[in-house]
Amino acid sequence: MLIKLTGGKVYDPANGVDGVVRDIYIQNGRIVTPEPGAKVSSEYALNGKVVMAGGIDPHSHIGGGKVTIARMLMPEDHLGNEVERTALTRSGCGHAIPSTLTAGYRYAEMGYTAAFEPAMLPANARQAHMEMGDTPMIDKGAFVMLGSDDFFLRQLSGKADFSAMKDYIAWTMHAAQAIAVKVVNPGGISAFKFNQRQLNLDEKHVHYGVTPRDIIVNLARGLTELGVVHPLHIHGCNLGVPGGVETTLETIRGANGLPMHLTHIQFHSYDTEGDMKFSSGAARIADAVNANKNVSIDIGQVMFGQTCTASGDSMRQFVNTRSADPKKWVVMDIECDAGCGVVPFKYRDKSFVNALQWAIGLELFLMVNDPWRIFLTTDHPNGGPFTCYPHLIRLLMDKTFRQDVMKTINQDALKYSALATLDREYSLYEIAIMTRAGPAKSLGLKDRGHLAAGASADITVYDDNPDREAMFATPELVFKNGDLIVRNGKIIKVVNGATHVARPSYDKGIEKSLKQYFDDFHTVRMENFRLSDDEIINHGQGEVIVQPTGARTA
Amino acid sequence: MDSNTPGGNAPNHFDNVACPFCGILCDDLEIGPTADGLKVLKNGCVKSVAGFERAFKEPKPQINGKDVSLSEAVAEAARLVKAAQLPLFGGLGTDVDGVRAVMSIADQAGGVVDHALSEGQYRNFRVLQTGGWVMTTLTEARNRADLFIVLGSDIQKIHPRFFERIVCNERSMFSDTPPKRTVVFLGEGLDQSEVKGSRIGEIVTLPAKGERLREILVAMRALAKGVPVQGDTIGELPRADVEDLVKRCSAASYGVMVWAPPSLAFPDADLTVQAAAEYIKDINLTSRFAGLSLGGNEGAVSAGAVCAWQSGYPLRVSFASGKPDYDTERYATANLLANKETDLVIWLASYTPDLAPPTTDVPMILLSTPALKPAKTPAVYIPIGTPGIEHDGLIVRCDNVVSLPLRKLRQSQLPRAADVLAQIQAAL
Ligand code: SF4
Ligand SMILES: [Zn+2]
Repeated sequence: MLIKLTGGKVYDPANGVDGVVRDIYIQNGRIVTPEPGAKVSSEYALNGKVVMAGGIDPHSHIGGGKVTIARMLMPEDHLGNEVERTALTRSGCGHAIPSTLTAGYRYAEMGYTAAFEPAMLPANARQAHMEMGDTPMIDKGAFVMLGSDDFFLRQLSGKADFSAMKDYIAWTMHAAQAIAVKVVNPGGISAFKFNQRQLNLDEKHVHYGVTPRDIIVNLARGLTELGVVHPLHIHGCNLGVPGGVETTLETIRGANGLPMHLTHIQFHSYDTEGDMKFSSGAARIADAVNANKNVSIDIGQVMFGQTCTASGDSMRQFVNTRSADPKKWVVMDIECDAGCGVVPFKYRDKSFVNALQWAIGLELFLMVNDPWRIFLTTDHPNGGPFTCYPHLIRLLMDKTFRQDVMKTINQDALKYSALATLDREYSLYEIAIMTRAGPAKSLGLKDRGHLAAGASADITVYDDNPDREAMFATPELVFKNGDLIVRNGKIIKVVNGATHVARPSYDKGIEKSLKQYFDDFHTVRMENFRLSDDEIINHGQGEVIVQPTGARTA
Repeated sequence: MDSNTPGGNAPNHFDNVACPFCGILCDDLEIGPTADGLKVLKNGCVKSVAGFERAFKEPKPQINGKDVSLSEAVAEAARLVKAAQLPLFGGLGTDVDGVRAVMSIADQAGGVVDHALSEGQYRNFRVLQTGGWVMTTLTEARNRADLFIVLGSDIQKIHPRFFERIVCNERSMFSDTPPKRTVVFLGEGLDQSEVKGSRIGEIVTLPAKGERLREILVAMRALAKGVPVQGDTIGELPRADVEDLVKRCSAASYGVMVWAPPSLAFPDADLTVQAAAEYIKDINLTSRFAGLSLGGNEGAVSAGAVCAWQSGYPLRVSFASGKPDYDTERYATANLLANKETDLVIWLASYTPDLAPPTTDVPMILLSTPALKPAKTPAVYIPIGTPGIEHDGLIVRCDNVVSLPLRKLRQSQLPRAADVLAQIQAAL
């Protein structure tokens, strides 16, 4: 069956296509170049419509223990936000932390066809995949957390052979079924368990004697040498700390050219000027990102309203519990492996701090030049729910709208930010880079995020509405693997989506030491720690896609 | 590893078997075959032996006590579910896929979901929903804790290998010569017999009554803050003992307070858990300390977790309106039955015969392990396999973090609960 999308304005940055009117053909779930004279069995006339690949969210907490803790913690997030079942879709609920099924539906209805869980603890990987398995419509994948786990820290402190460290990184990616590796407050989650309350970039962990800098550099180098496409995904030290901008700049300098991705960088861009000792460090960060081509970022934009933060950073979240709203929260130490902190939060537009956080995120968006190295995120749900993306896109594309919103927020905050001076408006092409082509390239999804022949037919069609919020909130058509799943922002077909993983090679010999280690210390055997493909495939409900990995060097 | 894996063991001999018979999910069992069943060869306990070694039976499904085929039983079950005003999907002793299937059919049929052991779990959930807490997990406690306080729970009875695996372990990640641990039993009549070995330093017994625990915890929090507390006794314990315990908590490098919610069977036990949680939060302002909740037998944690991620709420949810409707009182199993709100019970108990259905006149569809013998003949009876014996499955551990794969250990005709429920749903 050949499907033809006729006459749409195509934005396909991966192939350099910027708003060119052209036809797209779909066959067997893929975009194809049809044989001459091939019979078209269905055709969609898209004259004047905007066509892009399906959206890809490279950082969204959609699955895993801390998200479900947040769901349990916050019945008030769900009350009044229930979603009724239909003949096609299941019931669900939630605003900031929607139930899994509802999250999948909402992503698809917003034109997204993939989302990646960025903080999967190895010890909790099975549950993360179970939750992602219950998130329909979209493709999924997860970044496994390393850097506060005892095995890696003892390797590093014991000056283990670097090749064994790489074996362990690769083994963990296989065992947890991950596509990338994230480090969260490097070493800090572990240090907190030893009652350290902060861990600066060059401060030693009291037990292992290693520093966050050591951890970052070794993980980043390890991933590069393993050929993993997505660079180390870094949630740095000192999240949310005024003055954290210095740590972030030093982290970039310390990379020495190694590829790295700095996530929700907005939370790491705070300076200390002014009466409140809190100001924007966005300009300095943007300069550093512009100058260092090895660095990519996502923003973690703050959006006003109620949310519930869920982070692996137990050390920083414990501090944030002072601002919990409502006043309840969970902090956990987990399996000598990781931790988590779940803290509800209300971002208020009249609050100096929150308004400045909002402005800093937008400044970063507007001051970083290369859209291939900056991705659109709210760090869902930490800065706000992913359903805010259409609003955020409008803030970036429409200067008048942005300035109108700026009038409604805390005005003192704007004095400590350069936002008012920024005239930039994002183009549709740049938005397509930031929400599709860029994330796909960064994550190594070879057949996603673009529209050339051979790509998976994950395609979103929008009305070219000058109100960009309305445009991106309600796509006219969404195709997933060639199936029309959404029409006018409503689901018309339910599909499951696949799980993307990457599998760098490792020496099986590492399992000998791991086996002994698990037997000696853990409460789970190594054999049971590993997730099998069958668990994800689960009687045909899921699918595992292994994305390519470069050759391992050394 | 099973027999087919190179380097594995003799036929039908299994290593690294996860045990679903209590919430701590030991996964180091070794299980081998006997002439007519299975034998726990290594790392068993009284519960796991009872579970794995029970006689193997494959009875037929029944309608009103008469043998029928599976498809007849499924058709009758579907007829009953369809006719019901408010079916209760209860018991919920099943694996993750079983709960997923329950959620799906309850959503379509407009039913209520609740687990048989929710009453215990709600002693925790209420605290989570009102104040939250600082918690830890089994491996963390096993390696890190230098002080354990057992809070009013007879852990040995509910989790026979907890002390062996988490408290008496000789090795620790953080030292080749780990320090000895102090174990405080704060509660009456708690079995201490398995707290022994080279790691155990002091054992302190403070025989407080369950109903007085809250008062003691509240006083401990006040004492730690320097707020004066009156009286020579606190909750019937000598004041000096309570003060001594406060000192131990502040001095611990990593203290862990452990409770098993089903043990806290006294009125308003959630307030006791809350008092513990608030005290632990305070300790963390200066040193490290965490709670560790056990319990979660009969698949209770899986039920709570799957229900929370799919509906937003941890059980006691009704789908009668077409949307999740949450009411922790109204939709509690006992209240639904007492208030005659439900007109059909679908009871799921695939692990042990202990999860007997409630005595009620409400018609019942029973999906259970053949080991369970109901007091009353159900309208429909469908024997199902036990996850981890008759079929594969996944299950969530008591700490709500770790999940484990359960493995099929023997051939059986007994279906998975998930498949039976899907068939019933397909026939609606
Ligand atoms: S303690 Fe619990 S999980 Fe461990 S073997 Fe006994 S019943 Fe099974
Ligand atoms: Zn994040």
